[in-house]
Amino acid sequence: MSPAVMLPLKEKDKPIVQKLLSAGCCARCVLRFCCVSVHAAYRQPHQETLKELQTFISSDTENGKSQDPDPAAPESTEEDNKSQDASVSEASDDPPSKKAKLDPGVSDAPPEGVKESDVCMLCLGILQDLCGPSRAVKIAETVKTENYTFDTLVLSVSLPAQLCVREHSCWLHVKKEVREKSSVLDKDDVIQVKEAFKWVMQGLVAKELGGVAVVTKSQFEVGVEFIHPETDADCHFLATTCGDCFKPTKNKLSMFTRMAVVKALEKISDSKFLKHFPCPPTRPSSSCTAQDIQCLHVSVFVAGRYNKFCRSLPQTPWVIDGERRMESSVEELIAAPVLSSFRADGFNFSSSGREDVDVRTLGNGRPFAMELLNPHTSRLSRAEMKQLQETINNSSDKIKVRDLQIVSREAMGRMKEGEEEKTKSYTALIWTQKPIQREDITFIDEIKDLTLDQKTPLRVLHRRALAVRQRVIHTMNARFLDPHHFHLGLRTQAGTYIKEFVHGDFGRTKPNLCQLLKTDTDILELDVESVDVDWPPAIPE
Amino acid sequence: MDGVEQKDTEANAPSVIDRYYTRWYRADMKGKPCEDHCILQHSNRLCVITLAETHPVLQKGRTIKNINYQISNACSRLNNKVSGKSKRGGQFLTDFAPLCRITCTDETEYTIYSCIRGRLLEVNESILERPALLLEKPSTEGYIAVILPKFEESKSITENLLTREQFESVVSKRSVAQSQTS
Ligand SMILES: [Zn+2]
Repeated sequence: MSPAVMLPLKEKDKPIVQKLLSAGCCARCVLRFCCVSVHAAYRQPHQETLKELQTFISSDTENGKSQDPDPAAPESTEEDNKSQDASVSEASDDPPSKKAKLDPGVSDAPPEGVKESDVCMLCLGILQDLCGPSRAVKIAETVKTENYTFDTLVLSVSLPAQLCVREHSCWLHVKKEVREKSSVLDKDDVIQVKEAFKWVMQGLVAKELGGVAVVTKSQFEVGVEFIHPETDADCHFLATTCGDCFKPTKNKLSMFTRMAVVKALEKISDSKFLKHFPCPPTRPSSSCTAQDIQCLHVSVFVAGRYNKFCRSLPQTPWVIDGERRMESSVEELIAAPVLSSFRADGFNFSSSGREDVDVRTLGNGRPFAMELLNPHTSRLSRAEMKQLQETINNSSDKIKVRDLQIVSREAMGRMKEGEEEKTKSYTALIWTQKPIQREDITFIDEIKDLTLDQKTPLRVLHRRALAVRQRVIHTMNARFLDPHHFHLGLRTQAGTYIKEFVHGDFGRTKPNLCQLLKTDTDILELDVESVDVDWPPAIPE
Repeated sequence: MDGVEQKDTEANAPSVIDRYYTRWYRADMKGKPCEDHCILQHSNRLCVITLAETHPVLQKGRTIKNINYQISNACSRLNNKVSGKSKRGGQFLTDFAPLCRITCTDETEYTIYSCIRGRLLEVNESILERPALLLEKPSTEGYIAVILPKFEESKSITENLLTREQFESVVSKRSVAQSQTS
């Protein structure tokens, strides 16, 4: 047991303490309204603090004994206080009636158990039994079970919105006394429930987790949420006094969000508030319920380049009318091993452009990046990343990954940045309607920087805006195969629609290969040979 | 020998239309004999309106004098403008909305209709500059217009149209009737 802490209370706090205790406030909430910001005062068991407060208000001296503990005998502090209080009280100037009124609550108090089981009308029990070593054990257990890797953690607390209403009511209840204590104090100087909770819990959680630093900012967040259905209706009157503040929202269960309630409380006049809500708030019969503890690690980003060797593999899952069209996809083949290595809950995949389902991506591959959501493991060494890359590559011969690495969120932007200006190289297998001879196609090699006017292709027009875009084919080369087939190599500006350049798309891409060769042409196969984006950096084998 | 081989490969010609589009037909449009329209529906629901090969405009010897997208004093399909992914501003057409009028050098005049309900995305301005395109490549570069049906109507719009088989049977009955009368 740690020695009792000296409560930093002054004589002027006394009326506040008295008023709050008799209204059904817990000890820590009393400290909050006395604007006590000494963390240690909150850390001691709330029952201890309560005893000290009771002693404090029953003392009549300018400096209550509770402020002057005996360091040599901490356990006996209370006894000392009592005896001294008793002796001092004889010298009191207070009218006897006041003293008599207070006494039953202190010296002739009912058995302690009853008093302690009372749920605070202000914090609804959060700063009582929901805030202490057993709660810390529970939090630590959850974190350990989920098996995250982390150096530090931040504790976040979500409280029922009606706490704000009760806090406001209580403020109106003791406003006069607080102002008398110091005219500069205002509602904002009252310590928030959330703050007090953290002051108590941070150290305890840190201890349970073997000394992990519990800080105010961290990549790893442990969320504690409390609800109190019994008093949810506390907020409802605000909807009639301030309708504007409450609008039903799609993704929120209740429109009485904390933000909306705070806003409504700022607007409402004191007299109007007091007409609708008891002051001080009434006592609840039950304490808050703690929801499941939520752990969340910030996203980790992984980047690399992929090859796609298969002409029946879409880049992302292909679903039409709710039905799956292909059994797999590039992103799924890559994501499965990555998710399991980082033990992440989900991912977002993006890439520098994308190829059609029937197009292969060869050469150095296409840059891609993935956001890994809530990774339980956030750091992998170079060697582990290399191992992960091998696992991906061994899992399927439809794709291959290289340059796999962890990147920052900011670096991901570089992939999309130069996308439009970059060039891409392709090889297409071309069919010609009229038979051709070797020399018929050699002129193609001489064409340089051919500018195309491409209307949005019909195949994507249903989901993209109609526009004419100018795209440049920098160079081409033709390799004769037989009288109806040749290979066409192209180096183009990114965003050029190759298929439409070849078949013309109802004449909507001009010029097109049909015009150049003066015969109908079609594209039978297409390969991406290179995507010239110099991100992510290459990793030497 | 060469000629035979050439024919062979041409017959096996893959075609963009066969791969991605379904052909639908409206025969004898508005009761006018042989004024057949062909609607190419892409797998993404978008439709390209074209003349069927049997349309009188495409019959031997005809030459186009003029194609006019101004279908009334108040309305020209050339003024159609769509913007954004949602294609705001496009004229909404019903089955029998006229798209354009084609006048041939023999002074015959034909009206081409939308055939389906949907939003007009574009008309083919290339055939204004080169009317011959319509005769040379009626089902590709000589298309008339592109129409996007409503998503929820993408299946129902073709209910009143003929499939290729149905259309071919209409055409074969037609030639039987013709040979009987002549
Ligand atoms: Zn409390």
